[in-house]
Amino acid sequence: MENIATTPKDEQRLAKFEEWVQSGEAIEPRDWMPEAYRKHLIRQISQHAHSEVIGMQPEGNWVTRAPSLRAKQILLAKIQDEGGHGLYLYSAAETLGITRDEMIEQLHAGKAKYSNIFNYPTLNWADIGAIGWLVDGAAIVNQVSLQRTSFAPYSRAMVRICKEESFHQRQGYEIMAKMMAGTEAQREMAQDAMNRWWWPSLMMFGPHDGDSPHSADAFRWKIKRQTNDELRQKFIDKTVPQAELIGLTVPDPDMKWNEEKQSYDHGRINWEEFYRVINGHGPCNKQRMDHHKKVHADGAWVREAAEAYRAKMK
Amino acid sequence: MTQQEALFKYLLRWGDNALILSHRLSEWCSYAPFIEEDLALTNFALDMIGRAQALLKYAGEVEGKGNTEDLLAYRRSERQYYNNLLMEQPNGDFGVTMVRQLFISAFEKDLFTELQNSRDTTLAAIAAKTLKEVRYHLEHAANWVIRLGNGTDESHERVQKAVNDLWMFTGELFEMDEVDRQLLSDGIAVDISRMQERWTGYINDVLQVATLQKPQDEFMQTGSRNGIHTEHLGHLLSEMQYLQRAYPDAQW
Ligand SMILES: [Fe+2]
Ligand SMILES: [Fe+2]
Repeated sequence: MENIATTPKDEQRLAKFEEWVQSGEAIEPRDWMPEAYRKHLIRQISQHAHSEVIGMQPEGNWVTRAPSLRAKQILLAKIQDEGGHGLYLYSAAETLGITRDEMIEQLHAGKAKYSNIFNYPTLNWADIGAIGWLVDGAAIVNQVSLQRTSFAPYSRAMVRICKEESFHQRQGYEIMAKMMAGTEAQREMAQDAMNRWWWPSLMMFGPHDGDSPHSADAFRWKIKRQTNDELRQKFIDKTVPQAELIGLTVPDPDMKWNEEKQSYDHGRINWEEFYRVINGHGPCNKQRMDHHKKVHADGAWVREAAEAYRAKMK
Repeated sequence: MTQQEALFKYLLRWGDNALILSHRLSEWCSYAPFIEEDLALTNFALDMIGRAQALLKYAGEVEGKGNTEDLLAYRRSERQYYNNLLMEQPNGDFGVTMVRQLFISAFEKDLFTELQNSRDTTLAAIAAKTLKEVRYHLEHAANWVIRLGNGTDESHERVQKAVNDLWMFTGELFEMDEVDRQLLSDGIAVDISRMQERWTGYINDVLQVATLQKPQDEFMQTGSRNGIHTEHLGHLLSEMQYLQRAYPDAQW
């Protein structure tokens, strides 16, 4: 821990802060907060915002090939929602004293991360269904839990965002169901998408509880309310029956119902892959980052022109 | 040509305009200069997909051969498309996209204002709904052209080049053929040739505020009324129609 409790006054404030958080009260941006709490939140919220924005790429990959007008409309509207989520979250992070430009700089410098799931490619149309159903499905489990997070702007953003995420999840499932009820080629695409997205979706909840950094402070400050494993289990228990209902096979031979604990047991998650992708060696890490940097650089003249015009009009 | 055939073609024109431009705008998804603008361009695309759906659905009903809006959008070839050439022009940089939008929305504002009074009530209703959207598109595009024209040297140069490059596709917007003439006498179509003067006046005003020059070259491209397009449309369609063509038996 850094920068905190250096003077008796700060110690007093810190004690008050901890007590306030323990009693379940929310923290507003104007409230005093320890530097470590502020830093933790900036890291988490900006990572969340970047994830929403980078996530536009794999889905955007199918916009121009969407197979019907309705499908294209739903997909475009979904991606637009995700961009909107990115905007609320950047604003929530800005209340902590960082600008959007600084956050984008950190992303480009590799100092800020985004969700690992978007380092996987979208290879057929069913991937759009799988992302909505599994990736948004996993995000919802995580975000519902974050609705009770201690920092009020983040909690409010989660309440607003969750409503839209559940639409996305249903629409994604609808694509999968439609394809499973379709031709053989469509069923193959759907199962192929399931096979590729299932394990990365489980990894979205992060390492097992014992291996998770940052988590002790996050729990004490009630930023995080449930453990990675608890959330992952919730997702599995909700999703496996949905897969079975439409005839999809979960690509885990060890997945089985455990009567005693009234939930599913699952096979071993490939953490070597997880860490490899987090450390930059996933299928699309370079592509996603290059895309974001290039678009940002290509748009610089537009942002500069808007700025120059605003200055002239003053 | 029967009135039914003429109306079918007339609806395809406006339906194809919305379809092809919506596709171009959707290509901006995750490529815009900042997120707010990404969302704005997606919004325009969504408005136009809705308009294309309504117009092509109605076109299919008028044709009476069981074609749905999706079959009309995804199973026709280049030569059966009647959108104006301007719609299919590549996005280029942000300036090109905004100038293209300015030229088109200024035309569409007058077009749909008049089509609201069409004797065809379905078309009139679609026009009324569209008009609200088009007004917003026009305001957005005009504001950007003015901003870019007055912004920096670079933005001025880029947006002037966009105006110069796209100018030759604007004359075609006001072309009329026997489809128009036949439906005009029935009070279904509107006289678009009469709109050109107003359009030119409006565009001149915007260019002036933007400190941009109106191109002197009067040469104008033409062809879409006969289904003759620029080379760009074929590529756009092969991407857009890929799944429907590769899996013709599938429902999506
Ligand atoms: Fe989202
Ligand atoms: Fe979502």
